[in-house]
Amino acid sequence: MTVHRAIAAFDAEAARRDFEILAKPVYGKPLTYLDSAASAQKPRQVLDAMRDFAASEYANVHRGVHYLSAKATERYEEAREAVRGFVNAARPEEIVFTKGGTEAINLLAYAYLAPRIQPGDEIVLSVMEHHSNIVPWHFLRERQGAVLRWVDVGDDGSLDVEAVDAAIGEKTKLVAISHMSNVLGTVTPLKEIVARAHAKGVPVLADGCQGAVHLNVDVQDLDIDFYALTGHKLYGPTGIGALYGKHAHLKAMRPFNGGGEMIGEVTKDRITYADPPARFEAGTPPIIEAVGLSAAISYMTAMDREAVAAHEHALLSQATDALRELNWVRIIGEAPGKGAILSFETEGMHAHDVATILDREGVAVRAGHHCAQVLMERFNVASTSRASFALYNNTADVEAFVGALHKARKILS
Amino acid sequence: MDDSLRELYQEVILDHSKHPRHFGKMEHPTHEADGYNPLCGDKVKLYLNVDMDGRIADIKFEGRGCAISQASASLMTEMLEGRTVAEAEKLMGGFLHLVKGEDAGDLGEDDRERLDVMAGVSAFPMRVKCATLAWHTMKSALDGKSALEGGAPAKSE
Repeated sequence: MTVHRAIAAFDAEAARRDFEILAKPVYGKPLTYLDSAASAQKPRQVLDAMRDFAASEYANVHRGVHYLSAKATERYEEAREAVRGFVNAARPEEIVFTKGGTEAINLLAYAYLAPRIQPGDEIVLSVMEHHSNIVPWHFLRERQGAVLRWVDVGDDGSLDVEAVDAAIGEKTKLVAISHMSNVLGTVTPLKEIVARAHAKGVPVLADGCQGAVHLNVDVQDLDIDFYALTGHKLYGPTGIGALYGKHAHLKAMRPFNGGGEMIGEVTKDRITYADPPARFEAGTPPIIEAVGLSAAISYMTAMDREAVAAHEHALLSQATDALRELNWVRIIGEAPGKGAILSFETEGMHAHDVATILDREGVAVRAGHHCAQVLMERFNVASTSRASFALYNNTADVEAFVGALHKARKILS
Repeated sequence: MDDSLRELYQEVILDHSKHPRHFGKMEHPTHEADGYNPLCGDKVKLYLNVDMDGRIADIKFEGRGCAISQASASLMTEMLEGRTVAEAEKLMGGFLHLVKGEDAGDLGEDDRERLDVMAGVSAFPMRVKCATLAWHTMKSALDGKSALEGGAPAKSE
C-alpha cells in the first residue's frame, strides 16, 4: 500500500537522475548508496548553482562597494532567507551560518552556555546523542564543573518525554537533544520536550542534522530555543551549516570567533560587536557553499516532502521486513515512527567485515560506532552496520543490500 | 567471488578469527598493553611473559574486533611464542610492510609464508589498521607504553 502511494506521489527515478554519481559504478557494480545519514549525494541543481555563482557573481561579501560584492552579498543573504523559510524562523537574523552542525553546537556551547555555567549546573542530554552533541558538554564538565544528566532510551530506542522531564531540575541550564537519532532513527517528541523544559524555565537545543533532512521543521511551532543543522546531509555542500537561535538569545550571547565582519568598532583599547547574526560570523564565510545550500533547500522544498518521507519509509519497511526474516540479524532501534535509518548487528560477523564485503558488491553502508559510543554502550554492542535511506534510493537498492548481506554471511561463516 | 575478497577472507583467517589461539587473560604478565582503534571501537589487550633470556615464554590476548583484527592477533601470538624480543620486533617490521603491500624485507621463508595470509589486507586500505592493531599493541607492551590513546601507561616489569 505505502509503496504504491509513494510512487504515485513522488518520482524517485526522476530524482535519481539528478544525482550523477548514482550512475557511476564502483568495482564494476552499480552503486547502491545507503550512507546518506553520514553525507548525502548532491544533485546537479546544487552543483550547477555553485558553479554558476562562482563563474558569474562571486566576490567577498559585505565589505565591497563594487558590483560583484553587492551581487555576492545579495546571494549570501538570500541563502540565509532560504534557511529561515526552511525552518520557519521568525526573522533571518535568527539564522547564523556555521561550517556545519558540529560548529553550530560548539558555537552555542561557547557563546551561550559557558558564561552561564557554575560548578554543579546541569546539562540534560540523551544517551543516543551524536558525539557532536556530547563532546561540547564534556568540555563544560571538564573546564567549568558542569554535570551531564543522561536520559536513557527504551529498548526499542524510543525517548520518553517523562524521562526527559524527570531529568530537568533546578540546576539544569540546557536540554540538548537530537531531533532524530543518526543510529536508531528515533524521532524524539521535541515539541513536548520543549514545553516541559520551558515550564521549568530551561532552554532547549535540538541537534537537527538528521531531523532537518527527513522531517518538517517549524521552530516557531516547536517554540525551540536553538536548532542546529548541516548542509551536506541536506543534499547540499560540505562546509556549511546553520544555528537557529531565538533572537533574544542571540542578542544576549557573547561573540564566538573574533575577526572581520563580526565587529562594530575596533580601537586600540575598546571594541564593540556587530548584532547577530554577523556577530557570530567572523571572517569570510562559506559563500559559495551558502549558495549551494540555498539551491539544496529549493531542490527539496520543490518536492512534496511528505511524499518523499513516505517513499523513504516504504524503503525502510521493505529493508526491515527482509532483515527480520534473518535469524542472524538483530535490528537496533525500532521506535514507533522512526525515520529511515536501519542499524543492525550480525551474529558472528563484525560490522566492518560485513561493510567490506557489501562494499565490493557496490553497496555503501556505514559500520562502526557512528560517533555515538554512549549509545553503543547502552545497547552493549561495539559497533553496528547502518543502512540509511534518502530520496534517491529505490527498491532495487534494498534488494542489492539484502542480497549482499546474504553473500557476506556466506563468506564469513 | 571477487578475488581480493577471497584472499582477504581466506580460510586460515576465518579459522583464526573464529578459534583464536592464545585467547584469554594472563595472571602475572611481565608486560601488557591495551590497544584501541578509535575509528571502529575495536579493543585488544595483550599480555606477555618475557623470561630472563629475553624470550617471549608466554603470550595471550583478549579483545573484540573484526575478523581481520582477531585473526591478526591470533596469528601474531602463535608466531611470537618462544621468540626473542629482538626477533619479535623484526617480525613486526616485516608485517607492517607486508600489509601495506610493500616488501617485507629480510624474513625467514617460513615466517614469510605464514605472514603471507595477511597480505590480502593491502588491497583494502581502510582495513590495514584492523590488521596492525595487535602488532602495535605488542610493540607498546614491549616498550612499556600503552597503545590506548590517552590511556594510562601499561605496566612493564
